[in-house]
Amino acid sequence: MALLDVTDLKVHFHTRNGVVPAVDGISFQVEAGKTLAIIGESGSGKSVACYSLVGLIPKPPGRIEDGRALFEGQDLLTLSEAQLRKVRGKGISIIFQDPMTSLNPYMTIGEQLIEPLQLHFSMSRRDAWQKGIKTLEEVGIQNAERRMHAYPFEFSGGMRQRVVIAMALVAEPQLIIADEPTTALDVTVQAQILKLLRDLQQRRNIGVIFISHDLSVVADIADDICVMQHGRFVEQGERMAIFQTPQHEYTRKLLAAVPAAAKRPASYTPEPLITITDLYTQFCGNRGGPAVKALDGISLQINRHEILGLVGESGSGKSTLGRSILRLLQPCSGSIRFDGRELVHLSAAELKPLRRRMQMIFQDPYSSLNPRMTVYDTLAEPLLLHGVVDRKGLDTAVFELMDAVGLARANVLRYPHEFSGGQRQRIAIGRAIGTKPEFIVADEPVSALDVTIQAQILDLLLDLVARFNLSMLFISHDLAVVRYLADRIVVMKAGKLVESGTTHDMFTSPQQSYTQALLAAIPGRVLRDLDDSPL
Amino acid sequence: MTTADLQVIPRGVSLWQDAWTRLRKNKLAMAGLVFLLLITLLCLLTPWLVAYGYEQQDLRLGAVPPSADHWLGTDTFGRDQLTRILYGGRMSLAVGFIATAVALLIGVTYGAIAGYAGGRIDNAMMRLVDMLYALPFMIFIILLMVVFGRNLLLLFLAIGAVEWLTMARIVRGQILSLRQQEFVEAAVSLGLGPVAIVWRHLIPNALGPVIVYTTLTIPNVMLLEALLSFLGLGVQAPAASWGLLISSGVETMEEYPWLLIFPGLTLTLSLFALNFLGDGLRDALDPRTAKD
Repeated sequence: MALLDVTDLKVHFHTRNGVVPAVDGISFQVEAGKTLAIIGESGSGKSVACYSLVGLIPKPPGRIEDGRALFEGQDLLTLSEAQLRKVRGKGISIIFQDPMTSLNPYMTIGEQLIEPLQLHFSMSRRDAWQKGIKTLEEVGIQNAERRMHAYPFEFSGGMRQRVVIAMALVAEPQLIIADEPTTALDVTVQAQILKLLRDLQQRRNIGVIFISHDLSVVADIADDICVMQHGRFVEQGERMAIFQTPQHEYTRKLLAAVPAAAKRPASYTPEPLITITDLYTQFCGNRGGPAVKALDGISLQINRHEILGLVGESGSGKSTLGRSILRLLQPCSGSIRFDGRELVHLSAAELKPLRRRMQMIFQDPYSSLNPRMTVYDTLAEPLLLHGVVDRKGLDTAVFELMDAVGLARANVLRYPHEFSGGQRQRIAIGRAIGTKPEFIVADEPVSALDVTIQAQILDLLLDLVARFNLSMLFISHDLAVVRYLADRIVVMKAGKLVESGTTHDMFTSPQQSYTQALLAAIPGRVLRDLDDSPL
Repeated sequence: MTTADLQVIPRGVSLWQDAWTRLRKNKLAMAGLVFLLLITLLCLLTPWLVAYGYEQQDLRLGAVPPSADHWLGTDTFGRDQLTRILYGGRMSLAVGFIATAVALLIGVTYGAIAGYAGGRIDNAMMRLVDMLYALPFMIFIILLMVVFGRNLLLLFLAIGAVEWLTMARIVRGQILSLRQQEFVEAAVSLGLGPVAIVWRHLIPNALGPVIVYTTLTIPNVMLLEALLSFLGLGVQAPAASWGLLISSGVETMEEYPWLLIFPGLTLTLSLFALNFLGDGLRDALDPRTAKD
């Protein structure tokens, strides 16, 4: 018998603007010792479905309309709040997405770990503490005894997620709901956490529901996969069946959206546009503390009509490099030559005409657009500022930009909040290409987007690079994405360049051990084997 | 309008025009606006509207409750209450709006500069604000009055010069957090100068709290004027202001309650109207609140 048996679950949200069927009749089973992955884009209802099982959705507006969820012989959906509290933590526990916010910053790890033990088992403090130490060791935290007294801020992101997992495990649940547990982590850390989850699950024989937006992440660890769209499962089945013979169109779309090998022919002659020599940038330490070296002697060259992929984990200094080139940050020493002109010591006024020629696309389309400016104002601003067009030609120019980035003209007077993430990123791209620049820094432009949208934006960027003869520095933590569009790749770690080379060379014969580790950590091995691509 | 082949854009679209369109749909805010306009108009036209002068006494009559001759009654000197409320309104509204405008102008500019410049400049500017906070404001005003003589315009300016401190702090805090957002960095990378960034990108996004605080400042300023008048530094009888009428109404409220009720009611209604208008403005200026 299945550990958890959900039939025909329906959760609707009753809002002022009508009823939203967030979850619209889904059924699934989770077996002990197996992982069920629920895949879907943001807003598909995957989190709501799982949280409604343990009573963690806001009611109202949420309401469970129908369904049954049998867990240990009782229907979770009919339990009272008091009964549910006994289930949460002890029977079913949850691992949340962001380890930065899911731990209480004012409590030591130990205090937080033993809380559920004292609550559910009325264990003595001493026993609970011992058990806490054991669990910390189990999730791979060194010096567990000492670390019990540490506060969350003393751990790195990956270590924190281990602590969160320990908290989920400590009361020995039979089922764990893991809600995008690795989305906020670096790729090498992600690989470690995924392996840890897999090991723990097999050792303890627990069931796991793994919620994710990323097919390649679950490709390696799921036993069964449910693909969710608009509150329904469009397809569910055994992992390999889903990958090899996807039935539903949406599943095929998701699979196709996983970036494949480079398709851009490297057909440019190396002619340097930007030459960086020995660049240092540092941030002053807080309250007289030591300065942090963000860039530690970087030298590299970006050619005309080239997409240079810049890869590194968080804190490696890749964003700092992009911002230093555009002089959004002031480098300490070194040289940046743009088309033969030295940038490092130019004043703001001297930079202005050059700003027209180099632009930036930001990571977060939610904060990179002024919420009080319409699409028209946003796109018109750089055009007027640099005198690209006069007032008479402005309307036409704005419309042409909207056409170029694939925005419907009818949306010209709308505000950013009325658009989806992908459309917002299109507006931001339109703003960047408006002045017909030669060089663009794209700082993680797709990492905040859903996979299918991500694929569309990547194709748009490729198209624009070809059409406007752009050069681009494409910054990303996601190797698969970089591989899809970069001609050359440089790898950064701790403010230094580790390795650089053509995309093909980097993926087939990486020289440095760090690069090899990065490549090995890319999730979705199963998918690549299916593709038969060389990796 | 969903024509795919749209070719021209309706001219003259700005945040303010958008806001006006949205404000017009907010019935409560519009009622507030109409009420305020009406009362302002009445106060301005008072000399041509009423039958009595504000200082015109009728000692034999004394204080009488509302009647056909005196709609809102008279005070102890037999002066017509309605006339005095309308004349007082001129003073109160003027002080309210002028002093607040002064506070708004100084506070927003100062706060925006401090917040955008950041670092040492911000530190120095905000310490100055702290010092001014510590300055006893009464002494400041008394000093001004002694040096320059009793002058109503100066009074407005002085009150404004005191009220801007909190405004500057609010604006600075807003700008400081807005400055971290990527759209500001985007504006820098487009080549915009600091003035354009502050004016076009930062201040419009900080308007919500500014408007709310403004609607709180106006009544504050009106009451401040009453206090100063009570101390003999502001308006002097027989001239009137709402604050003055209320404070003298309080003294006689047991014998002649109408002397407190009517000026109090006028002030309360005006402040209600102001608050509704302020809330409406705040919502109207935020494109996110209006979804249609």
